[in-house]
Amino acid sequence: MTRPILLTIAAVALTALLGLAAFRSGGDAPADGDAFASEITLPEIVGQEVAVLTEAPNVPPPITRDHATRVVVEMETVELTKELADGVEYTFWTFGGDVPGPFVRVREGDLVEFHLANADDSTVPHNIDLHAVTGTGGGAEISLVVPGHETAFEFRAIKPGLYVYHCATAPVGLHVANGMYGLILVEPAEGLPAVDKEFYIMQSEFYTAGRFNEPGLQPFDLEKAVDEEPEYVVFNGRVGSMTGENALRASVGETVRMYVGNGGPNLTSSFHVIGEMFDRVYGEGGTAVNQGNVQTTGVPAGGSTIVEFLLDTPGRYTLVDHALFRAFNKGAVGILEVTGDEHPEILRSTPDA
Amino acid sequence: MTRLSTVLLSASALALAALVAARLGPTVEPPAGPDLGVVAEVPSAAQAPAEALPAEVPAVEMATVQGGVYRPLYQTATGVAEVEVAPFALAVRPVTNAEFLAFARAHPDWRRSRVRPLFAEDGYLGHWAGDLALGDAPPQAPVVNVSWFAARAYAEWAGKRLPTTDEWEFAASASATQADGRADPDYARTILARYSRPTPNPLPDAGQGDPNVWGVRDLHGLVWEWTDDVASALVTADSRQSRDANSRRYCAAGAVGASDFEDYAAFLRYGFRGGLEARFAVPNLGFRLAADA
Repeated sequence: MTRPILLTIAAVALTALLGLAAFRSGGDAPADGDAFASEITLPEIVGQEVAVLTEAPNVPPPITRDHATRVVVEMETVELTKELADGVEYTFWTFGGDVPGPFVRVREGDLVEFHLANADDSTVPHNIDLHAVTGTGGGAEISLVVPGHETAFEFRAIKPGLYVYHCATAPVGLHVANGMYGLILVEPAEGLPAVDKEFYIMQSEFYTAGRFNEPGLQPFDLEKAVDEEPEYVVFNGRVGSMTGENALRASVGETVRMYVGNGGPNLTSSFHVIGEMFDRVYGEGGTAVNQGNVQTTGVPAGGSTIVEFLLDTPGRYTLVDHALFRAFNKGAVGILEVTGDEHPEILRSTPDA
Repeated sequence: MTRLSTVLLSASALALAALVAARLGPTVEPPAGPDLGVVAEVPSAAQAPAEALPAEVPAVEMATVQGGVYRPLYQTATGVAEVEVAPFALAVRPVTNAEFLAFARAHPDWRRSRVRPLFAEDGYLGHWAGDLALGDAPPQAPVVNVSWFAARAYAEWAGKRLPTTDEWEFAASASATQADGRADPDYARTILARYSRPTPNPLPDAGQGDPNVWGVRDLHGLVWEWTDDVASALVTADSRQSRDANSRRYCAAGAVGASDFEDYAAFLRYGFRGGLEARFAVPNLGFRLAADA
């Protein structure tokens, strides 16, 4: 082999190596700097605790632990009939009896021991696909459970972020359309910045045989689901989940964080709070704040977002899917009531001006 | 086939094993597959043991299902897209609590307190008041909380068998007027609407549903039903294939290879079968009898 050829080979190899190096520390890398971790270091598991699960709009308290632990989560799939709107009933398939299912909060590195029971009076089998799980089916394949039975599995929460979980038993669209989804937060090891109020909000749509607000028990309509034409688009499982007495409440000067998920099964949400900007958005529920002063943020079906904002002035702030006919004709409305001192320097009426 | 007498020995007291040895009947081999890893001796239903109470085999009306070509929701393990179903006889309704009680009288081994854990888990006949007492369970409601082994043993006692999955699905695809009603939107809508209601407790009597074109009732919406080859309906022998087959139980992977994306009731049934083990006792899972034509 002649010297020029060797040199050429060496040059090509060097270029390839440099290219690889550039890729590894690449400019498009996630916010924490590393393009891909070549090997995951699993922290030592110290102790054990039972996860605090909350119903929407409540969120379990921030994790103050500075180490990973074994977290036991106990969930039951329940099929039950309750109101989707005043006078309108639907047979929901749920995690824990509510739509959305309970909010789960664990810490990055935790070992999650997940128990999934299926109630005795369930009609169909269920399972769970947590988008926080790395591995086949997100846990779905090893968690299939028929009525009256229980299954268990373990996973390491290796990637921080806000993740959707949902039932993934065939036919998956039907299980999700009937209400089987929720959120799991894998809190970064260093925690999230402290805020005054945290809320859990999940949008989803329902495909009923009867038109919007037609009273009585409404069966699922497959044709409308396939055509992606829901009768209901709602926050937290029913029309009015966050209005009137159920409105979210906070005070001027408080910081608010909303964990927003979208169960779908079909529509992407244009999440907006009328009269506010999101000071910080963790786009798509990832770990990086990727934008400030956001008016409307997209929440994909089977995805999430985290928004944070400071309440500058009192008022009634309306949460909507800004695809507006969903808000005004299908139910996607919530209220955040903010009380406190008026700030006319920010907004005031000047009829005589 | 491997005889697992050793399993029985390790699972039971020696005395019980001796009893079993004295009573070994025809060997029943469950379908191969990860869910049904047990191959063992099932007590024979043909010869009644000493504690048996006199009990007649209940008569049940059998309908004739004319055969035909059937397109399963998923291709078979051998890649066949269409299955020819020979004519067969199918009970017009599921087996009831009262009928299963007669079986338990005749066969002490299948009573609640006596059944071996290999063949039925805790919860077997759990809705009854006792070994030979129905309690609040309506006599004419379909029997549930019975394992696949128990269903097979009952069928043997009754001189019949369980339907195969292909037979069951073929019969269940009939509407009131058509052998294949699946193209009729009303057929799908009616079935799905039934799942829009919670399972009633107690279950209603068997035989109340409208008959399909074959005269068979209650195939949809009352209880799920064991089939003879319930596990092999999804699981194949080849490990790589079986991985694919398993993946059909969940998420959108369930749509891969399906022959009809809108037959949601069939997806539900395949999903249900995918979650079963042969010893399971499930509160809304029963069975019905079949026989060769």
